[in-house]
Amino acid sequence: MNRPALRIEIALAALILALAIISLMVGPAGLSPRAAIAGLFSGEGPAGIIVRDIRLPRTLLAGLIGATLGLSGAALQGLLRNPLAEPALFGAPQAAAAAAAAVIAFGFAPVTSFAVPVAGILGATISIAGLVAIAGRRASLTVTLLAGLALASFAGAATALILNLAPNPFIALEIAFWLLGSLEDRSSDHLIIAAPFMLASWIVLGAQARAFRALTLGEDAAASLGVDVARTRMMVVIGVALGVGAAVAVSGAVGFVGLVAPHLVRRAVGSDPARVMLPAALAGAALVLLADIAIRLGPSAVEIKLGVVTALIGVPIFLSMIFRERRLLEGAVS
Amino acid sequence: MSVLSASNLTVRIGAKEIVCDASLSLNAGELVALVGPNGAGKTTLMRALAGLLPSQGEITLHGKPFDVLTPRERARHIAYLPQGHIFHWPMSVEQIVMLGRAPHGDAFSTASPDDRVAVTQAMATTETQMFIGRPVTTLSGGEKARVALARALATQAPVLLADEPTAALDPRHQLVVMELLRKAAAGGNAILAIMHDLTLAARFADRVLVMHEGRIVAQDAPSDALAPERLATVFGIEAATVLIGDRRVPIAGRAL
Repeated sequence: MNRPALRIEIALAALILALAIISLMVGPAGLSPRAAIAGLFSGEGPAGIIVRDIRLPRTLLAGLIGATLGLSGAALQGLLRNPLAEPALFGAPQAAAAAAAAVIAFGFAPVTSFAVPVAGILGATISIAGLVAIAGRRASLTVTLLAGLALASFAGAATALILNLAPNPFIALEIAFWLLGSLEDRSSDHLIIAAPFMLASWIVLGAQARAFRALTLGEDAAASLGVDVARTRMMVVIGVALGVGAAVAVSGAVGFVGLVAPHLVRRAVGSDPARVMLPAALAGAALVLLADIAIRLGPSAVEIKLGVVTALIGVPIFLSMIFRERRLLEGAVS
Repeated sequence: MSVLSASNLTVRIGAKEIVCDASLSLNAGELVALVGPNGAGKTTLMRALAGLLPSQGEITLHGKPFDVLTPRERARHIAYLPQGHIFHWPMSVEQIVMLGRAPHGDAFSTASPDDRVAVTQAMATTETQMFIGRPVTTLSGGEKARVALARALATQAPVLLADEPTAALDPRHQLVVMELLRKAAAGGNAILAIMHDLTLAARFADRVLVMHEGRIVAQDAPSDALAPERLATVFGIEAATVLIGDRRVPIAGRAL
C-alpha cells in the first residue's frame, strides 16, 4: 500500500547521494568525481583538504538544513491543515535571524558559538508560538496569514533596527550578507553547533505524524480519536523552532523550501500529511543541495546568496499554487 | 443497560454556564435524539460527554468514572462525529475510514487484520465501498456524510455521539443516514444524535432528550418528549402531529 511512497523515498535518497558527490566536486578548484571521493576518504593532499575541510561541511549543512526546512514545512502544513503553510510566511526565519543578528551585532558571542543557534531558536519559538496562539482552534487561513505577515514584518523591523544600531559598518555588512542566506565558508564548527538541534527537531516533528493524519478531520474529531491536540501544537512549535532556529543561525534566512518540498512530493505520494513528511524532508535536502551547487556553477564573480536563489525559485511556485487554489482560497477567506 | 451516563453535569465556558445540571444515560442498542433550539447547549453537552471539554459532575462509562481513562482508552469507547463532515486533505476514502482505527494502534503500527475487518465492515454498513480509492474531497455532501459515519463506526466503540449527522443533506440522504444509525443501534451501539429535524427525531429515535437554555427539560419516548405543548414552550412553535407508521410525529406549523 505504501509502495509509491517507498519508491519516491529511494529515488530521492539516490538523488541526494548524487548531488552530494557533485557538491564535493564543484567550486573554484574543480575536482573529478574520483578525485573528490579519494580526497574524502584519504584526506590527503590538496583535494583531501578541499573536500574534507571546505566542501564536506558545506554539503552536509546543505542536506541537513534542506531536510529540516522541508520537514518543518510539512509539519506546519499538517498542524494547520493547509498546503500553503511555510515557516518563512510566519516570520520564523525572520525572527530567528533578528535574534541571532542581535547576538552577533552586539558582540555577545562569536559567530560559531552555541549562543547564535540558541538565540535563533528563541526567536523562532516566539514567532511560531505567537502565530499558533493567534491562529487558535480553527486555524483560519486568513487569520494565520495575516498574523504571519505581522510577525514577519515585526521581525524585519527588529533586524533593521539592529543593523541601524550596529556598532560599526563592517558588522552591519556582515549581518546583511548573512541575512541573505549562504553556506559559503561554513566549517565543521557550524555543523557541530547546528546539527544536534536539527536532529532533535526531526525527532520531535516526526513523532507528530499520526496526529497530523487525524487532524485532517479537524481538531475535535482528532481529539476524540485520542490525539492530544494542545500537546501536538506545542511540539510543532518546539520542533519547528529548534530546526528553523538552528538552520538560520548557520545559513541565514533560506526561505520557501518548506513550502516547495512538500508540494513537490504530494503529487507522488498523496495528501496523507503523515506520509508526506519523510519524502518532504528528502526533497528539501535535494533542493538546497541543488541550489547550493547551482550557485557555485554560476558565472557570477560574486557568489549569489543561497537565500536569494531559494526565494527566486520558491516564490513563483508559491504564486502558482495560489493561482491554482484561488477558488478554494476565496472560499476559505469568506 | 447503561453504557454512558452523566449525572449533574455542568459545563462552563468562561464564566458562562452553557450546560447546567444535566443528567442522562445511554443504553446499548438505543438511538437517542438530542434536540433543542439554537444555543440550548446541545453541542457543548455532547463535547463534554466525548471528553473534549472539562465539566463538573460525574460521567461514567460502563459504571467506571470517566476521568480515570486515558484519552486513547476513552477514544476506544466513544466515537464522536462532529458537525460538518470536515476533511481538510484530499486523502482517499479508505485512509479516512482507517483513521477510525487510530485509538487501537500504537504509534508506529500499520493496519492489523482487526483494523482491516473493522474498516471493511464500516464501509459495507454505510455502502461506501465504491468510493474506496477516491479522494474524499471529491464526494458530494451525502457521500461525505456516509464516509464520516463509516470513519466513526470503524472505531467499533460502544458509544457513538453524532452532532447533526443529517445537517445539510437532502431528504433522501437524511433518511439514509438515520437508517444507518438505526442499523448501528440494532448492532448494539448506544447512539446519541443531535438533530434539528423534529419529525425525523420522532420517527427514528427510541428516546428524545430535549434541551432548553442549558438544561435537559425532557427525556422520554418521542411522542411525550415532543408533545405540542413542549414544542410551544421550548421551541416557540405551534406544531401539529401526524401518524406515520405507528408513530405520532410533530410537524412544525408556525412560529409563536
